[in-house]
Amino acid sequence: MRAFMAIVRRELAGYFATPIAYVFIVIFVTLAGVFTFQVGNFFARGVADLAPFFLYLPWLLLVLAPAVAMRLWAEERNSGTIELLLTLPLRTTQAVVAKWLAGWLFLGVGLVATFGLWATVNWLGTPDNGVIALGYLAGWATGGVLLAAGAAMSALTRNQVIAYVLAAAVCFILMSMGTPLVQEVLAGALPAPVAEALLAISVPSHYAGVAQGVLTLADVVYWLSMTAFWLFVNVLVVEWKKAA
Amino acid sequence: MDALLRLEDVRKSFGTITAVDGISLSVARGEVLGFLGPNGAGKSTTMKMASGFLRPDGGRVEICGIDVWARPVEAKRRLGYLPEGAPLYDEMTVRGFLKFCGAVRGLFGPGLKRAMEEAAERTHLAPVWGQSIGTLSKGFRRRVGLAQAIMHKPDVLILDEPTDGLDPNQKQVVRSLIRDMAKDSAIIVSTHILEEVPAVCDRVVIIAQGRVVAEGAAEEIAARVPKGEEPSLEAAFRHLTTTGVPGDKGGRAAA
Repeated sequence: MRAFMAIVRRELAGYFATPIAYVFIVIFVTLAGVFTFQVGNFFARGVADLAPFFLYLPWLLLVLAPAVAMRLWAEERNSGTIELLLTLPLRTTQAVVAKWLAGWLFLGVGLVATFGLWATVNWLGTPDNGVIALGYLAGWATGGVLLAAGAAMSALTRNQVIAYVLAAAVCFILMSMGTPLVQEVLAGALPAPVAEALLAISVPSHYAGVAQGVLTLADVVYWLSMTAFWLFVNVLVVEWKKAA
Repeated sequence: MDALLRLEDVRKSFGTITAVDGISLSVARGEVLGFLGPNGAGKSTTMKMASGFLRPDGGRVEICGIDVWARPVEAKRRLGYLPEGAPLYDEMTVRGFLKFCGAVRGLFGPGLKRAMEEAAERTHLAPVWGQSIGTLSKGFRRRVGLAQAIMHKPDVLILDEPTDGLDPNQKQVVRSLIRDMAKDSAIIVSTHILEEVPAVCDRVVIIAQGRVVAEGAAEEIAARVPKGEEPSLEAAFRHLTTTGVPGDKGGRAAA
Protein backbone atom coordinates (compact mmCIF):
# COMPACT_ATOMS: atom_id res chain seq x y z
CA MET A 1 0.00 0.00 0.00
CA ARG A 2 2.89 2.31 0.82
CA ALA A 3 4.40 1.64 -2.61
CA PHE A 4 1.05 2.23 -4.26
CA MET A 5 0.52 5.55 -2.49
CA ALA A 6 4.08 6.64 -3.29
CA ILE A 7 3.30 6.23 -6.98
CA VAL A 8 -0.03 8.05 -6.70
CA ARG A 9 1.70 10.96 -4.97
CA ARG A 10 4.52 11.08 -7.51
CA GLU A 11 2.15 11.02 -10.46
CA LEU A 12 -0.13 13.66 -9.00
CA ALA A 13 2.83 15.91 -8.24
CA GLY A 14 4.05 15.23 -11.79
CA TYR A 15 0.94 16.92 -13.20
CA PHE A 16 1.62 20.08 -11.26
CA ALA A 17 5.37 20.07 -11.90
CA THR A 18 4.80 21.77 -15.24
CA PRO A 19 2.40 24.59 -16.21
CA ILE A 20 0.56 22.20 -18.56
CA ALA A 21 -1.76 21.00 -15.79
CA TYR A 22 -2.86 24.53 -15.01
CA VAL A 23 -3.38 25.23 -18.71
CA PHE A 24 -5.61 22.14 -18.98
CA ILE A 25 -7.67 23.21 -15.99
CA VAL A 26 -8.05 26.79 -17.24
CA ILE A 27 -9.14 25.57 -20.69
CA PHE A 28 -11.54 23.08 -19.13
CA VAL A 29 -13.12 25.64 -16.81
CA THR A 30 -13.34 28.24 -19.59
CA LEU A 31 -15.02 25.76 -21.94
CA ALA A 32 -17.35 24.69 -19.14
CA GLY A 33 -18.38 28.34 -18.69
CA VAL A 34 -18.82 28.94 -22.41
CA PHE A 35 -20.93 25.82 -22.91
CA THR A 36 -23.03 26.44 -19.83
CA PHE A 37 -23.76 30.11 -20.28
CA GLN A 38 -23.47 30.71 -24.03
CA VAL A 39 -24.09 27.48 -25.94
CA GLY A 40 -26.42 26.14 -23.25
CA ASN A 41 -28.57 29.29 -23.24
CA PHE A 42 -28.35 29.44 -19.46
CA PHE A 43 -29.94 32.86 -19.11
CA ALA A 44 -32.67 32.37 -21.73
CA ARG A 45 -33.82 29.20 -19.93
CA GLY A 46 -34.53 31.14 -16.77
CA VAL A 47 -33.89 28.08 -14.58
CA ALA A 48 -31.24 28.10 -11.86
CA ASP A 49 -29.73 24.66 -12.37
CA LEU A 50 -26.66 23.17 -14.02
CA ALA A 51 -28.47 21.08 -16.66
CA PRO A 52 -26.66 22.82 -19.57
CA PHE A 53 -23.30 22.17 -17.90
CA PHE A 54 -24.02 18.51 -17.33
CA LEU A 55 -25.35 18.15 -20.87
CA TYR A 56 -21.96 19.11 -22.29
CA LEU A 57 -19.72 17.77 -19.53
CA PRO A 58 -19.02 14.34 -21.12
CA TRP A 59 -17.90 16.08 -24.32
CA LEU A 60 -15.61 18.36 -22.34
CA LEU A 61 -14.20 15.27 -20.63
CA LEU A 62 -13.62 13.83 -24.07
CA VAL A 63 -11.09 16.65 -24.52
CA LEU A 64 -9.69 16.68 -20.99
CA ALA A 65 -9.40 12.96 -20.15
CA PRO A 66 -7.05 12.11 -23.07
CA ALA A 67 -4.93 15.14 -22.16
CA VAL A 68 -4.63 13.84 -18.60
CA ALA A 69 -4.01 10.26 -19.79
CA MET A 70 -1.48 10.89 -22.55
CA ARG A 71 1.61 11.27 -20.38
CA LEU A 72 0.88 8.42 -17.96
CA TRP A 73 2.77 5.71 -19.85
CA ALA A 74 4.07 7.38 -23.03
CA GLU A 75 6.38 9.57 -20.96
CA GLU A 76 7.70 6.60 -18.99
CA ARG A 77 8.47 4.76 -22.19
CA ASN A 78 10.02 7.77 -23.88
CA SER A 79 12.40 8.55 -21.02
CA GLY A 80 13.13 4.90 -20.24
CA THR A 81 11.97 5.30 -16.65
CA ILE A 82 9.46 2.49 -17.24
CA GLU A 83 12.41 0.14 -16.74
CA LEU A 84 13.13 1.72 -13.39
CA LEU A 85 9.48 1.74 -12.33
CA LEU A 86 8.77 -1.86 -13.26
CA THR A 87 11.87 -3.24 -11.57
CA LEU A 88 10.82 -1.71 -8.25
CA PRO A 89 9.10 -4.20 -5.96
CA LEU A 90 5.51 -3.78 -7.10
CA ARG A 91 3.19 -5.47 -9.54
CA THR A 92 2.42 -3.97 -12.93
CA THR A 93 -1.25 -3.91 -11.91
CA GLN A 94 -0.39 -1.74 -8.92
CA ALA A 95 1.51 0.72 -11.09
CA VAL A 96 -1.34 0.84 -13.62
CA VAL A 97 -4.01 1.46 -10.99
CA ALA A 98 -1.87 3.99 -9.11
CA LYS A 99 -1.25 6.02 -12.25
CA TRP A 100 -4.91 5.93 -13.18
CA LEU A 101 -5.92 6.99 -9.67
CA ALA A 102 -3.56 9.98 -9.82
CA GLY A 103 -5.09 11.02 -13.15
CA TRP A 104 -8.58 10.53 -11.77
CA LEU A 105 -7.82 12.71 -8.76
CA PHE A 106 -6.50 15.32 -11.17
CA LEU A 107 -9.77 15.14 -13.12
CA GLY A 108 -11.49 15.63 -9.77
CA VAL A 109 -9.47 18.81 -9.27
CA GLY A 110 -10.63 19.98 -12.71
CA LEU A 111 -14.25 19.35 -11.75
CA VAL A 112 -13.86 21.11 -8.42
CA ALA A 113 -12.43 24.08 -10.32
CA THR A 114 -15.86 24.55 -11.93
CA PHE A 115 -17.34 25.40 -8.51
CA GLY A 116 -17.97 28.92 -9.85
CA LEU A 117 -20.87 27.50 -11.88
CA TRP A 118 -22.34 25.89 -8.79
CA ALA A 119 -21.90 29.09 -6.79
CA THR A 120 -23.59 31.08 -9.56
CA VAL A 121 -26.75 28.96 -9.69
CA ASN A 122 -26.97 28.96 -5.91
CA TRP A 123 -26.65 32.73 -5.91
CA LEU A 124 -29.28 33.13 -8.61
CA GLY A 125 -31.82 30.69 -7.19
CA THR A 126 -32.34 27.55 -5.16
CA PRO A 127 -31.27 24.60 -7.31
CA ASP A 128 -31.55 20.97 -6.23
CA ASN A 129 -28.00 20.49 -4.96
CA GLY A 130 -28.57 16.75 -4.67
CA VAL A 131 -29.06 16.54 -8.43
CA ILE A 132 -25.98 18.72 -8.95
CA ALA A 133 -23.92 16.43 -6.69
CA LEU A 134 -25.09 13.39 -8.68
CA GLY A 135 -24.20 15.23 -11.89
CA TYR A 136 -20.67 15.79 -10.66
CA LEU A 137 -20.45 12.15 -9.54
CA ALA A 138 -21.60 11.00 -13.00
CA GLY A 139 -19.07 13.30 -14.62
CA TRP A 140 -16.22 12.11 -12.41
CA ALA A 141 -17.09 8.44 -12.91
CA THR A 142 -17.41 8.96 -16.66
CA GLY A 143 -14.05 10.72 -16.62
CA GLY A 144 -12.63 7.67 -14.82
CA VAL A 145 -13.78 5.35 -17.62
CA LEU A 146 -12.41 7.64 -20.35
CA LEU A 147 -9.16 8.08 -18.44
CA ALA A 148 -8.67 4.31 -18.08
CA ALA A 149 -9.22 3.87 -21.84
CA GLY A 150 -6.85 6.77 -22.51
CA ALA A 151 -4.18 5.38 -20.18
CA ALA A 152 -4.27 2.06 -22.05
CA MET A 153 -3.72 3.97 -25.30
CA SER A 154 -0.87 5.92 -23.70
CA ALA A 155 0.93 2.64 -23.05
CA LEU A 156 0.90 1.89 -26.79
CA THR A 157 3.35 4.61 -27.78
CA ARG A 158 6.26 6.67 -26.54
CA ASN A 159 4.94 9.80 -28.26
CA GLN A 160 2.51 11.83 -26.16
CA VAL A 161 0.85 13.48 -29.15
CA ILE A 162 0.08 10.11 -30.69
CA ALA A 163 -1.09 8.95 -27.26
CA TYR A 164 -3.50 11.90 -27.12
CA VAL A 165 -4.90 11.20 -30.58
CA LEU A 166 -5.35 7.47 -29.87
CA ALA A 167 -6.95 8.18 -26.49
CA ALA A 168 -9.28 10.80 -27.95
CA ALA A 169 -10.27 8.41 -30.75
CA VAL A 170 -11.16 5.57 -28.35
CA CYS A 171 -12.99 7.95 -26.01
CA PHE A 172 -14.89 9.38 -28.97
CA ILE A 173 -16.01 5.89 -30.00
CA LEU A 174 -17.14 5.12 -26.44
CA MET A 175 -19.05 8.40 -26.39
CA SER A 176 -20.54 8.46 -29.86
CA MET A 177 -21.87 4.87 -29.65
CA GLY A 178 -24.44 6.23 -27.22
CA THR A 179 -25.63 9.16 -29.32
CA PRO A 180 -28.99 8.88 -31.12
CA LEU A 181 -27.42 9.64 -34.50
CA VAL A 182 -24.83 6.84 -34.32
CA GLN A 183 -27.33 4.46 -32.71
CA GLU A 184 -29.65 4.96 -35.68
CA VAL A 185 -26.86 4.10 -38.10
CA LEU A 186 -25.78 1.09 -36.00
CA ALA A 187 -29.36 -0.18 -35.67
CA GLY A 188 -29.66 -0.16 -39.45
CA ALA A 189 -26.32 -1.86 -40.09
CA LEU A 190 -26.04 -4.39 -37.26
CA PRO A 191 -28.31 -7.07 -35.76
CA ALA A 192 -30.46 -5.61 -33.00
CA PRO A 193 -28.74 -7.40 -30.06
CA VAL A 194 -25.34 -6.11 -31.17
CA ALA A 195 -26.58 -2.53 -31.54
CA GLU A 196 -28.20 -2.77 -28.12
CA ALA A 197 -25.03 -4.18 -26.59
CA LEU A 198 -23.01 -1.31 -28.05
CA LEU A 199 -25.51 1.14 -26.61
CA ALA A 200 -25.26 -0.55 -23.23
CA ILE A 201 -21.47 -0.22 -23.09
CA SER A 202 -21.47 3.36 -24.38
CA VAL A 203 -20.63 6.11 -21.93
CA PRO A 204 -23.68 8.39 -22.43
CA SER A 205 -26.20 5.64 -21.66
CA HIS A 206 -24.90 5.55 -18.08
CA TYR A 207 -24.43 9.25 -17.76
CA ALA A 208 -27.59 11.06 -18.83
CA GLY A 209 -29.89 9.47 -16.26
CA VAL A 210 -27.52 10.05 -13.36
CA ALA A 211 -26.90 13.65 -14.40
CA GLN A 212 -30.65 14.16 -14.16
CA GLY A 213 -30.72 12.76 -10.66
CA VAL A 214 -31.49 9.06 -11.15
CA LEU A 215 -28.66 6.77 -10.05
CA THR A 216 -29.10 3.03 -10.51
CA LEU A 217 -26.95 0.10 -9.46
CA ALA A 218 -26.46 -0.72 -13.15
CA ASP A 219 -24.70 2.60 -13.65
CA VAL A 220 -22.31 1.98 -10.76
CA VAL A 221 -21.60 -1.55 -12.00
CA TYR A 222 -20.99 -0.15 -15.48
CA TRP A 223 -18.46 2.45 -14.28
CA LEU A 224 -16.60 -0.04 -12.14
CA SER A 225 -16.51 -2.79 -14.74
CA MET A 226 -15.61 -0.51 -17.66
CA THR A 227 -12.81 1.12 -15.68
CA ALA A 228 -11.56 -2.29 -14.56
CA PHE A 229 -11.72 -3.58 -18.14
CA TRP A 230 -9.63 -0.73 -19.53
CA LEU A 231 -7.15 -0.96 -16.66
CA PHE A 232 -6.80 -4.65 -17.46
CA VAL A 233 -6.14 -3.73 -21.11
CA ASN A 234 -3.61 -1.20 -19.83
CA VAL A 235 -1.73 -3.92 -17.90
CA LEU A 236 -1.69 -6.15 -20.98
CA VAL A 237 -0.39 -3.35 -23.20
CA VAL A 238 2.34 -2.40 -20.72
CA GLU A 239 3.51 -6.03 -20.51
CA TRP A 240 3.31 -6.50 -24.26
CA LYS A 241 5.12 -3.29 -25.12
CA LYS A 242 8.01 -3.87 -22.72
CA ALA A 243 9.66 -6.06 -25.29
CA ALA A 244 9.23 -3.50 -28.09
CA MET B 1 29.53 -20.14 -2.54
CA ASP B 2 25.81 -19.47 -2.66
CA ALA B 3 24.74 -17.77 -5.85
CA LEU B 4 22.49 -14.78 -5.16
CA LEU B 5 21.81 -14.15 -8.83
CA ARG B 6 21.32 -17.11 -11.13
CA LEU B 7 20.36 -17.16 -14.81
CA GLU B 8 19.61 -20.58 -16.28
CA ASP B 9 19.55 -20.93 -20.03
CA VAL B 10 17.61 -17.69 -20.60
CA ARG B 11 16.48 -16.95 -24.12
CA LYS B 12 14.83 -14.02 -25.80
CA SER B 13 13.85 -13.33 -29.38
CA PHE B 14 12.35 -10.23 -30.92
CA GLY B 15 10.43 -11.37 -33.96
CA THR B 16 12.87 -13.38 -36.03
CA ILE B 17 15.93 -11.95 -34.30
CA THR B 18 17.40 -14.03 -31.49
CA ALA B 19 18.85 -11.55 -29.00
CA VAL B 20 19.78 -13.97 -26.22
CA ASP B 21 20.31 -17.61 -27.06
CA GLY B 22 20.61 -19.60 -23.85
CA ILE B 23 22.77 -17.70 -21.38
CA SER B 24 23.52 -19.18 -17.97
CA LEU B 25 25.49 -17.47 -15.25
CA SER B 26 25.59 -17.02 -11.51
CA VAL B 27 27.00 -14.43 -9.14
CA ALA B 28 27.77 -15.04 -5.46
CA ARG B 29 27.83 -12.63 -2.54
CA GLY B 30 31.03 -10.65 -2.45
CA GLU B 31 31.61 -11.13 -6.15
CA VAL B 32 31.61 -8.62 -9.02
CA LEU B 33 30.93 -10.22 -12.38
CA GLY B 34 31.91 -8.27 -15.48
CA PHE B 35 29.46 -8.92 -18.29
CA LEU B 36 31.15 -8.06 -21.56
CA GLY B 37 30.25 -8.17 -25.18
CA PRO B 38 30.24 -6.06 -28.32
CA ASN B 39 27.32 -3.72 -28.97
CA GLY B 40 24.25 -5.71 -29.97
CA ALA B 41 25.53 -8.93 -28.39
CA GLY B 42 22.53 -9.13 -26.07
CA LYS B 43 24.03 -7.55 -22.93
CA SER B 44 21.19 -5.16 -22.19
CA THR B 45 18.52 -7.71 -23.06
CA THR B 46 20.16 -10.13 -20.61
CA MET B 47 20.33 -7.43 -17.94
CA LYS B 48 16.66 -6.59 -18.52
CA MET B 49 15.77 -10.25 -18.03
CA ALA B 50 17.99 -10.57 -14.97
CA SER B 51 16.24 -7.58 -13.40
CA GLY B 52 12.78 -9.03 -14.03
CA PHE B 53 11.83 -6.29 -16.51
CA LEU B 54 11.71 -8.50 -19.61
CA ARG B 55 10.18 -11.94 -19.46
CA PRO B 56 12.49 -14.54 -21.04
CA ASP B 57 11.03 -16.77 -23.76
CA GLY B 58 12.72 -19.66 -21.99
CA GLY B 59 14.92 -20.33 -18.99
CA ARG B 60 14.84 -19.10 -15.44
CA VAL B 61 16.05 -16.13 -13.39
CA GLU B 62 16.50 -16.36 -9.62
CA ILE B 63 17.38 -13.62 -7.18
CA CYS B 64 18.36 -15.05 -3.77
CA GLY B 65 16.75 -18.33 -4.84
CA ILE B 66 13.45 -16.61 -5.66
CA ASP B 67 12.07 -17.01 -9.17
CA VAL B 68 11.70 -13.49 -10.57
CA TRP B 69 8.56 -14.34 -12.52
CA ALA B 70 6.87 -16.55 -9.96
CA ARG B 71 7.36 -14.12 -7.03
CA PRO B 72 8.36 -10.82 -8.65
CA VAL B 73 7.75 -8.48 -5.72
CA GLU B 74 9.76 -10.58 -3.26
CA ALA B 75 12.59 -11.04 -5.74
CA LYS B 76 12.73 -7.34 -6.65
CA ARG B 77 12.86 -6.31 -3.00
CA ARG B 78 16.35 -7.83 -2.95
CA LEU B 79 17.43 -6.16 -6.17
CA GLY B 80 19.07 -2.87 -7.02
CA TYR B 81 19.08 -2.05 -10.72
CA LEU B 82 20.67 0.68 -12.77
CA PRO B 83 19.17 0.49 -16.27
CA GLU B 84 21.23 1.47 -19.30
CA GLY B 85 21.55 5.24 -19.60
CA ALA B 86 20.31 5.68 -16.00
CA PRO B 87 16.77 6.87 -16.82
CA LEU B 88 15.38 9.20 -14.13
CA TYR B 89 12.34 11.38 -13.51
CA ASP B 90 13.68 14.74 -14.64
CA GLU B 91 11.04 16.87 -12.97
CA MET B 92 11.82 15.52 -9.50
CA THR B 93 14.50 16.79 -7.15
CA VAL B 94 17.26 14.37 -6.13
CA ARG B 95 15.81 14.26 -2.62
CA GLY B 96 12.25 13.71 -3.89
CA PHE B 97 13.37 10.97 -6.25
CA LEU B 98 15.26 9.00 -3.61
CA LYS B 99 12.38 9.43 -1.21
CA PHE B 100 10.03 8.04 -3.86
CA CYS B 101 12.27 5.04 -4.65
CA GLY B 102 12.71 4.31 -0.96
CA ALA B 103 8.98 4.53 -0.29
CA VAL B 104 8.15 2.16 -3.15
CA ARG B 105 10.69 -0.24 -1.63
CA GLY B 106 8.79 -0.13 1.63
CA LEU B 107 11.09 2.19 3.58
CA PHE B 108 9.52 4.86 5.76
CA GLY B 109 10.13 7.22 8.65
CA PRO B 110 13.64 7.36 10.16
CA GLY B 111 14.69 4.25 8.19
CA LEU B 112 13.90 5.97 4.89
CA LYS B 113 15.70 9.13 5.95
CA ARG B 114 18.79 7.18 6.99
CA ALA B 115 18.79 5.17 3.74
CA MET B 116 18.53 8.39 1.70
CA GLU B 117 21.35 10.07 3.61
CA GLU B 118 23.64 7.04 3.39
CA ALA B 119 23.06 6.58 -0.33
CA ALA B 120 23.65 10.29 -0.93
CA GLU B 121 26.86 10.16 1.08
CA ARG B 122 28.21 7.12 -0.75
CA THR B 123 27.44 8.64 -4.14
CA HIS B 124 28.49 12.19 -3.17
CA LEU B 125 25.15 13.80 -3.98
CA ALA B 126 25.17 16.47 -1.27
CA PRO B 127 25.88 19.39 -3.65
CA VAL B 128 22.77 18.67 -5.76
CA TRP B 129 20.45 17.37 -3.05
CA GLY B 130 17.64 19.86 -3.68
CA GLN B 131 18.21 20.27 -7.41
CA SER B 132 15.89 19.10 -10.20
CA ILE B 133 17.28 15.97 -11.85
CA GLY B 134 16.69 17.49 -15.30
CA THR B 135 19.31 20.15 -14.57
CA LEU B 136 22.08 17.72 -13.52
CA SER B 137 25.25 16.84 -15.41
CA LYS B 138 25.66 13.33 -16.77
CA GLY B 139 27.98 12.35 -13.91
CA PHE B 140 25.51 13.43 -11.26
CA ARG B 141 22.63 11.75 -13.07
CA ARG B 142 24.51 8.47 -13.07
CA ARG B 143 25.21 8.84 -9.39
CA VAL B 144 21.54 9.49 -8.66
CA GLY B 145 20.76 6.31 -10.58
CA LEU B 146 23.33 4.44 -8.50
CA ALA B 147 22.02 5.95 -5.27
CA GLN B 148 18.50 4.61 -5.91
CA ALA B 149 19.97 1.20 -6.76
CA ILE B 150 21.97 0.88 -3.53
CA MET B 151 19.84 2.79 -1.01
CA HIS B 152 18.04 -0.32 0.32
CA LYS B 153 21.30 -2.32 0.53
CA PRO B 154 20.19 -4.96 -1.96
CA ASP B 155 21.62 -8.46 -2.05
CA VAL B 156 21.87 -8.30 -5.84
CA LEU B 157 23.01 -5.29 -7.79
CA ILE B 158 22.63 -5.16 -11.57
CA LEU B 159 24.42 -2.27 -13.24
CA ASP B 160 24.03 -1.79 -16.98
CA GLU B 161 26.90 0.30 -18.35
CA PRO B 162 27.37 2.25 -15.11
CA THR B 163 30.40 4.22 -16.30
CA ASP B 164 29.37 4.79 -19.92
CA GLY B 165 29.89 8.40 -20.93
CA LEU B 166 31.53 9.48 -17.67
CA ASP B 167 34.83 11.34 -17.42
CA PRO B 168 37.83 9.55 -15.82
CA ASN B 169 37.24 11.11 -12.39
CA GLN B 170 33.58 10.15 -12.38
CA LYS B 171 34.47 6.63 -13.53
CA GLN B 172 36.84 6.31 -10.60
CA VAL B 173 34.10 7.29 -8.15
CA VAL B 174 31.70 4.72 -9.62
CA ARG B 175 34.34 1.97 -9.62
CA SER B 176 35.26 2.47 -6.01
CA LEU B 177 31.59 2.52 -5.12
CA ILE B 178 31.11 -0.84 -6.85
CA ARG B 179 34.09 -2.33 -4.99
CA ASP B 180 32.71 -0.96 -1.78
CA MET B 181 29.26 -2.43 -2.40
CA ALA B 182 30.74 -5.82 -3.34
CA LYS B 183 31.46 -6.67 0.29
CA ASP B 184 27.82 -7.44 0.97
CA SER B 185 26.22 -7.94 -2.43
CA ALA B 186 26.42 -9.96 -5.61
CA ILE B 187 27.08 -7.51 -8.42
CA ILE B 188 26.87 -7.86 -12.17
CA VAL B 189 28.26 -5.01 -14.25
CA SER B 190 27.80 -4.85 -17.98
CA THR B 191 30.33 -2.81 -19.88
CA HIS B 192 32.26 -2.58 -23.08
CA ILE B 193 35.01 -0.53 -21.48
CA LEU B 194 37.61 -3.24 -21.11
CA GLU B 195 40.24 -1.29 -19.21
CA GLU B 196 38.05 -1.02 -16.15
CA VAL B 197 37.44 -4.76 -15.94
CA PRO B 198 40.60 -5.81 -14.03
CA ALA B 199 40.09 -2.98 -11.54
CA VAL B 200 36.47 -3.79 -10.77
CA CYS B 201 35.59 -7.38 -11.64
CA ASP B 202 36.52 -10.66 -9.96
CA ARG B 203 35.27 -12.70 -12.86
CA VAL B 204 34.28 -12.07 -16.45
CA VAL B 205 31.67 -13.45 -18.82
CA ILE B 206 31.98 -12.53 -22.48
CA ILE B 207 29.02 -12.93 -24.80
CA ALA B 208 28.62 -12.59 -28.54
CA GLN B 209 25.50 -13.02 -30.61
CA GLY B 210 23.46 -13.89 -27.56
CA ARG B 211 25.75 -16.68 -26.29
CA VAL B 212 28.46 -17.02 -23.69
CA VAL B 213 31.80 -17.38 -25.49
CA ALA B 214 34.13 -17.20 -22.49
CA GLU B 215 34.00 -17.17 -18.72
CA GLY B 216 36.71 -16.91 -16.11
CA ALA B 217 39.09 -14.56 -14.32
CA ALA B 218 40.20 -11.55 -16.39
CA GLU B 219 43.79 -12.79 -16.65
CA GLU B 220 42.67 -16.26 -17.76
CA ILE B 221 40.60 -14.75 -20.53
CA ALA B 222 43.36 -12.34 -21.49
CA ALA B 223 45.51 -15.38 -22.28
CA ARG B 224 43.02 -16.66 -24.84
CA VAL B 225 44.49 -14.85 -27.81
CA PRO B 226 45.55 -16.24 -31.19
CA LYS B 227 49.01 -17.79 -31.27
CA GLY B 228 51.84 -15.31 -31.36
CA GLU B 229 49.82 -12.42 -29.95
CA GLU B 230 50.60 -10.69 -26.68
CA PRO B 231 48.02 -11.71 -24.01
CA SER B 232 45.58 -8.87 -23.39
CA LEU B 233 41.91 -8.62 -22.56
CA GLU B 234 41.30 -6.47 -25.60
CA ALA B 235 42.93 -8.90 -28.03
CA ALA B 236 41.14 -11.84 -26.40
CA PHE B 237 37.83 -9.95 -26.53
CA ARG B 238 38.30 -9.25 -30.24
CA HIS B 239 39.33 -12.81 -30.93
CA LEU B 240 36.51 -14.40 -28.90
CA THR B 241 33.70 -12.17 -30.12
CA THR B 242 34.58 -12.27 -33.79
CA THR B 243 35.73 -15.84 -34.31
CA GLY B 244 34.15 -17.77 -31.43
CA VAL B 245 30.63 -17.60 -32.90
CA PRO B 246 28.23 -18.72 -34.08
CA GLY B 247 27.52 -22.16 -32.78
CA ASP B 248 30.87 -22.49 -31.04
CA LYS B 249 30.25 -24.16 -27.74
CA GLY B 250 33.97 -24.30 -27.05
CA GLY B 251 33.95 -21.05 -25.16
CA ARG B 252 31.22 -22.17 -22.83
CA ALA B 253 32.82 -25.59 -22.34
CA ALA B 254 36.15 -23.97 -21.56
CA ALA B 255 34.42 -21.89 -18.90
